[in-house]
Amino acid sequence: MSIALPIGRRRPGAGVPSGGLAMGASMLWLSLIVLLPLAAVVARSLDGGVDSFWHAVSARQAVSALRFTLLISLATAAINAVAGTLIAWVLVRDRFPGKRVVNAVIDLPFALPTIVAGLTLLALYGPNSPIGVDVALTKLAVLLALLFVTLPFVIRSVQPVLLELDRDMEEAAASLGASPGVIFTRVILPSLIPAILSGAALAFARAVGEFGSVVLISGNVPFDTQVASVFVYKQIESDNPGGAAAVSVVLLALSLVVLVAIRWVGAWGSRARTQSAAVKSEARQNER
Amino acid sequence: MSVDRRTRIGLRVLALGYLAVLLLVPVGLVFYRTFEKGIGFVWDSITTPAAIHALFLTLEVAAITVPLNAAFGMLAALALVRGRFPGKRLLDALIDLPFAISPIVVGLALLLVFGRTGWLGPTLADAGIQIVFSVPGIVIATVFVSLPFVAREVAPVLKEIGEEQEQAAATLGANAWQTFWRITLPAVRWGLAYGVVLSTARAIGEFGAVSVVSGKIAGQTETLTLLVEKRFQNFDLAGAYAASALLALIALGTLLAMSLIGARRSES
Repeated sequence: MSIALPIGRRRPGAGVPSGGLAMGASMLWLSLIVLLPLAAVVARSLDGGVDSFWHAVSARQAVSALRFTLLISLATAAINAVAGTLIAWVLVRDRFPGKRVVNAVIDLPFALPTIVAGLTLLALYGPNSPIGVDVALTKLAVLLALLFVTLPFVIRSVQPVLLELDRDMEEAAASLGASPGVIFTRVILPSLIPAILSGAALAFARAVGEFGSVVLISGNVPFDTQVASVFVYKQIESDNPGGAAAVSVVLLALSLVVLVAIRWVGAWGSRARTQSAAVKSEARQNER
Repeated sequence: MSVDRRTRIGLRVLALGYLAVLLLVPVGLVFYRTFEKGIGFVWDSITTPAAIHALFLTLEVAAITVPLNAAFGMLAALALVRGRFPGKRLLDALIDLPFAISPIVVGLALLLVFGRTGWLGPTLADAGIQIVFSVPGIVIATVFVSLPFVAREVAPVLKEIGEEQEQAAATLGANAWQTFWRITLPAVRWGLAYGVVLSTARAIGEFGAVSVVSGKIAGQTETLTLLVEKRFQNFDLAGAYAASALLALIALGTLLAMSLIGARRSES
């Protein structure tokens, strides 16, 4: 007895709900929820022509908010790159009691609502601080809030790479007399760079747009602690959607640049990993 | 790298010190400040009519947005991994946009489409549909900001399991729908669960986009996060802490779910 299987009629993947339906439906949904509204922002910013767009984004207060946002987000990304790598290293290579709890707590800033994050920092570093440190309404407070909400990015991007890192190379370097410092900068760090950069870029993108954690603690002082997202919010509140849209378009452009950069770094990282894997397998074959 | 003991302990102290100063001590202090006045006070403060309404509104919004995001996320993941279409790379690039955009810009964008003078606002208003300053606006804003979570968690799992089982099922005569429910969905369930947890947390905690589109009408469009802000602005610090503690408890539940699902996922 033979069973006729309808193999010949099927292309690979047929019979699986993938194809045009999934693609069309998700594109439609994305266009409706995300792309159409964003197009409205761009269109609104150009309502009065390029001149009025330029006028809105070059207003002194807008420039000051954008510049402050850019600088503080760069600082946030840089501090995260260092502290995140350090914490990831400790979580992967060190052993101490309570490590699993610490590892789980790292994600807290992603789970905690941003407004609660701001309130939390204000409790310790605000006017009622039990340790007498009041940084509320200063630039340092904004930095603290941004560091809080972006904490997991670099750690979570470096951790898996560090876990998979082949330790043969480090041992070889050590046996050749390299100091731990040299091993870190010459052997470990080069493999981590793509992960650190993409984590830092995500942190930067998040910092540029952050609102909830900053709005209470920054005090929103124009020309001092006012970040771009709070500036946009104030423009909406004072019924100036044109000005709000213009600054929003600058923020959108910044987001796009960061997204492209992250994809580029990601492609570089996976290429580097494939190359090093190829080098290793070649080395192993030579050993035989 | 064999670091000597002193360096290792030094690095450990630095790392844990950073975490303590930035994260652990502030969060601990908020819980302490909340319960300083006794559990009775906290209970009274989270059971006022405004607080109860805010809690239910927050849960209602999450209950609508999370299934929408789960359905879109599954579809998008299928399209990204299994699809063979020219627009695939575009979809792949666009899907991350909501993560990179400021929540305030999201709110403004929705105002410009659904607001009184927006693109669709007047037409919808004539049809008697109000989006902005009412619950649908909050839902759309929340869907926007939490859009990528499920797709980004499911897609890698889908890639890893491959198509062989699905093809086998198809060969044995299962239709597309049966294959999806019996083969694909069970295989990606932990990825899906992880994405659902992440988007639930984001839906409950969203503040920026919601504060623009909701109009913050007390007893109508005030979510829990908006209530925290309002109480803080009205100098009701203890009340703000109490509502925050409720949100923080939800966040801790999220963390717990994340690590449980994470453990299950690495087992399977």
